[in-house]
Amino acid sequence: MQNKNRNTLLFSLLTLSLLLLLVLNISLGSVSIPIKDVFNSLTGGNSSKETWDYIIVNYRLPKAITAVLVGMGLAISGLLMQTLFRNPLAGPDVLGLSSGASLGVATVILGAGFLPPFLASFLLSSYGIILASSLGSFLVLLAVLSVSQSLKNTMAILIVGLMFGSLTNAIVGTLTYLSTAEQLQKFTFWSLGNLGNLAWSSIVILLVCIIIGLFMSLLNIKSLNALLLGENYARSMGMNYKKTRLIIILATSILTGSITAFAGPIAFIGLAVPHIAKLVFQTSNHTILFWSTLLLGAIILLICDSISQLPGSDVTLPINAVTSLFGAPIVIWLLLRKRKMMN
Amino acid sequence: MENKIILQTSNLSIGYTSKKEKNSIASNINLSLEKGKLIALIGANGIGKSTLLRTITGIQKPLSGTVFLNKKNIHELDSLTLAQNLSVVLTEKLPPSNLTVWELVALGRQPYTNWIGTLTENDIAKINEAIALTQIEHLASKKHYEISDGQLQIVLISRALAQDTPLIILDEPTTHLDLLHKVALLKLLKKLTQETEKCILFSTHDIDMAIQLSDEMIIMTPENTVQDQPCNLIMKGSFDTLFKDEHIVFDSEKGKFVIS
Repeated sequence: MQNKNRNTLLFSLLTLSLLLLLVLNISLGSVSIPIKDVFNSLTGGNSSKETWDYIIVNYRLPKAITAVLVGMGLAISGLLMQTLFRNPLAGPDVLGLSSGASLGVATVILGAGFLPPFLASFLLSSYGIILASSLGSFLVLLAVLSVSQSLKNTMAILIVGLMFGSLTNAIVGTLTYLSTAEQLQKFTFWSLGNLGNLAWSSIVILLVCIIIGLFMSLLNIKSLNALLLGENYARSMGMNYKKTRLIIILATSILTGSITAFAGPIAFIGLAVPHIAKLVFQTSNHTILFWSTLLLGAIILLICDSISQLPGSDVTLPINAVTSLFGAPIVIWLLLRKRKMMN
Repeated sequence: MENKIILQTSNLSIGYTSKKEKNSIASNINLSLEKGKLIALIGANGIGKSTLLRTITGIQKPLSGTVFLNKKNIHELDSLTLAQNLSVVLTEKLPPSNLTVWELVALGRQPYTNWIGTLTENDIAKINEAIALTQIEHLASKKHYEISDGQLQIVLISRALAQDTPLIILDEPTTHLDLLHKVALLKLLKKLTQETEKCILFSTHDIDMAIQLSDEMIIMTPENTVQDQPCNLIMKGSFDTLFKDEHIVFDSEKGKFVIS
């Protein structure tokens, strides 16, 4: 009972901070907009200046929504991977999906010189890059899935995913070595992650992908709880292991694949947020973990994005640098406080 | 009660198939597991106890013959029906998690809960009943990694009880335990078979304890697999063939093995 009250309190706190951070995130940036005006603009009214309305609707709001979607999607894929592989170090990257996306983008950006000009200019547009990265992660997914069908051991799938990752990284490395400085710069910018620059139409596509991925994960909450006792116990309690594994891998791929395509490979969130959720809520029950990971994922990426704006200055840090710089020490600190949990 | 048999095997042959080649470990196995019986499975290392357990729990297909669970072929049952009739306690280590003892036992209700695993009042009653039967009330709110190996073994038995199946199969539950906890655990199993009418089958290397406490024993040797009451098995001299070593002799008067 005491736990129930504590959880209700925590969930209300998290929801409240998510809403506050959303408003705060929108108000921060190279042009600082007062929170009161942000609030007016969001609730359908007008802010004091027309330019502010324009900035909020066309730039700040899409970016904040992207941050929320990306944070939720990556955090949930991390949770799915950690439970499926029963490995606290697993994250969405372990299946090699981000590397696949990198390979797609690298091929397009760095190989564009060899293509006829009209094709090259299409591929280098933002749609071309999204297409390339989706295709890249999808191909790696197909490879991992086809291998996993003939592998009984889940740990082997983990290793296969890591191997695909190294393989694609090696090809990306070779491509960058052969490319010009200008191409390299473009690729580096993509690989640092970017939550802005998404048009409303792209956000709708991202939203649909995230909803599908989250819904598939939601359907597996019971199986995820069974997996806490390991594969064999889960089977003995009536779980269809192969089917569950397939759905979990598919859900992760949809989430990570779409996010990497639209926002670049964003590090750390998928690995760290589930741990933070487990430490805050002191539970392994996925009915609670699902929602807490979802909220915390959105909150943490919003915080990281707000920091990356470097309030009061014109400079914007790459989001990937912020997630790692601020995230890694937090996880280390949390784990030192609660050593027991990782065993 | 004319139908006390829960699980039955007929001319079962177990082993592995690899590339068309059949690698038989044991054959012509005819067992029958009845309500309210505590049955011990013994045999030397590598004789095929685990393979037999895997086959009669439906994880592995037999080379030939059939396993009947409630008169139905176990390998044709859907996983949910199987989970409602047979629960297991395994030797493997649990992955790290934040599960409390109560939550761990509650997972046993999975074959009965809805798609998201909501526990009904009936489920909660069954969980508390299982906890009471195994007398682990004082552990209920502890995390599962905070308790000793012996306590965890009992918690896992409690989880199997919560699964509410007529048959529970345990793979070497007494390994890693000291004498005191071995005896306590086997006595608990005995009590459970008497109080709940369930059939409990366990594999073990603690033969002398199994002789004293179990209702029936299954002995696996390279030649055959026999099932009978311990005293009948002693009279038949079945224990003499268990280990192929002239220095290990079964003393039929004391009911235990001695080293000569």
